[in-house]
Amino acid sequence: MSTNAMERLSPWLFTLGMFLIWEIVCRAFKVDPFILPAPSQIFVAMGQYWWPLAKNSFVTLWTTLAGFALAVAFGIVLGIVVGWSRAIYRGLYPVMIGFNSVPKVAVVPILVIWFGIGEIPAILTAFLISFFPIVVNVATGLSTIEPELEDVLRALGAKKLDIMLKIGIPRTQPYLFGSLKVAITLAFVGTVVSETIAANAGLGFLMVQAGSNFQMPLVFAGLLLLAAEGIVMYAIFAYVESYFVGWAFRSSMSAGG
Amino acid sequence: MTAFVDIDDVTLVYKGANGGVHALDRFSVSLQKGEFAAVVGPSGCGKSSLMKLVTGLVPPDFGKIQIGGETVRGPVKMAGMAFQNPNLLPWRKVIDNVLLPLEIVQPHRSRFRREKERYREEARALLATVGLDGFAERFPWELSGGMQQRVSLCRALIHSPALLMLDEPFAALDAFTREELWCVLRDLWEKIGFTVILVTHDLREATFLADRIHMMSARPGRLVMTKEIPFPRPRPIEVCFEPAFTDIVHELRAKIGEVRKG
Ligand SMILES: Nc1ncnc2c1ncn2[C@@H]1O[C@H](COP(=O)(O)OP(=O)(O)OP(=O)(O)O)[C@@H](O)[C@H]1O
Ligand SMILES: [Mg+2]
Repeated sequence: MSTNAMERLSPWLFTLGMFLIWEIVCRAFKVDPFILPAPSQIFVAMGQYWWPLAKNSFVTLWTTLAGFALAVAFGIVLGIVVGWSRAIYRGLYPVMIGFNSVPKVAVVPILVIWFGIGEIPAILTAFLISFFPIVVNVATGLSTIEPELEDVLRALGAKKLDIMLKIGIPRTQPYLFGSLKVAITLAFVGTVVSETIAANAGLGFLMVQAGSNFQMPLVFAGLLLLAAEGIVMYAIFAYVESYFVGWAFRSSMSAGG
Repeated sequence: MTAFVDIDDVTLVYKGANGGVHALDRFSVSLQKGEFAAVVGPSGCGKSSLMKLVTGLVPPDFGKIQIGGETVRGPVKMAGMAFQNPNLLPWRKVIDNVLLPLEIVQPHRSRFRREKERYREEARALLATVGLDGFAERFPWELSGGMQQRVSLCRALIHSPALLMLDEPFAALDAFTREELWCVLRDLWEKIGFTVILVTHDLREATFLADRIHMMSARPGRLVMTKEIPFPRPRPIEVCFEPAFTDIVHELRAKIGEVRKG
């Protein structure tokens, strides 16, 4: 087998291997399925409860994507504002650090009071948790323009807007796309945190329900689906990144994220 | 004959939180049109600051700078600049890097879309004069350091500036590439006839290329001496091996040693 094909296959092999070891450990040590169900039991549960799992996965997926879309839009705008001038950067950065340090779990009850139980707190939590890396990366891309390059253009009479359009925005793209991969996985975390606290649909909600009914295989089925959704979204954005900013991988400029 | 670039009694102080930095002190130099001037001096004496003053990026605290009879009050728009780091944009092809100034500076800016083909033709011709024909459609990261610096020179010259400002453009290159690029610059200058201010640490480079060498003192930068370089034009690279050439380099070296001690 060529090394190339090997590289393509290896993620699948590793996943398969992990499930195998898991299965063997569960059987060999006769682990109580209530503590840790074996993969075979989890897959049985998946088959049995495929419809509620599918329905709730879909809810989690769309609330996550909605929150993520908000985060991208807002993150890019705020990132440009922050990266535009040193003064704004200095002033706003501590505020954002402080904001980002607040555990989002603590914010969910407030959101529930404001918007009631349902999808909106989940969307907003996903948004709150995932916009920060986008802002930071966009701002970093803009504020690290080589001063000499800026001088070359300013000496020609370029305005700040010209410099942003010709250099800042293109140069910030690798930072942006790098951050999207991180942000989408964070958005899932946000959605599920909110769903486990206050929701009537979604994988987080389903897992809490299943847990209180002592259906551990179903809880784990929810976890696996969540992981699968995260991997698929990450892969999509990794592909988008390499498609749009391949130049950044080949030149010395490194992408953030 | 009046000077083309006239730096007249200029003082520059950078204001900082813990006191100012006195970068330039009553510095005066003037250049004729088409002259090749080199500026040498110890590190930190204000050479890069001088570049910023002449191109209008920072205003002097005292004194004034005139270019073509007009006092500099903001970005001069008729200067090309190149630095030690070529600073090419990795997402643009070589030719689009060269064309960048035309997208900024008038009157090219408003013509750029309509006459794109003509401008591209000009850029290709300029690239060919520095030995880069066939590389126009490559990306900068496919080029060696010396080739990137040639592109950077082309970018500085594409809008036919009357004044070319070079801040240690060849400092990061190996000795052979550097000498090659001296000749590239010499040929461009002889062909096009712009005025040059070249900041350099390399005394041989200054002596080979310049008509006059201005030496600055340690900070705050003052003019210590101006040396006329007598070698006739066109200058072949072999000049560098003549005893008279070596004498000038030694003289400059001795002087700069004194200046550094203060
Ligand atoms: N933006 C700035 N703010 C404050 N001080 C500055 C600034 N730029 C330069 N200086 C100071 O002014 C002095 C002259 O700097 P400049 O960059 O002009 O020196 P230089 O002659 O180009 O040095 P080198 O040969 O090392 O490139 C230095 O002491 C430097 O610390
Ligand atoms: Mg310098």
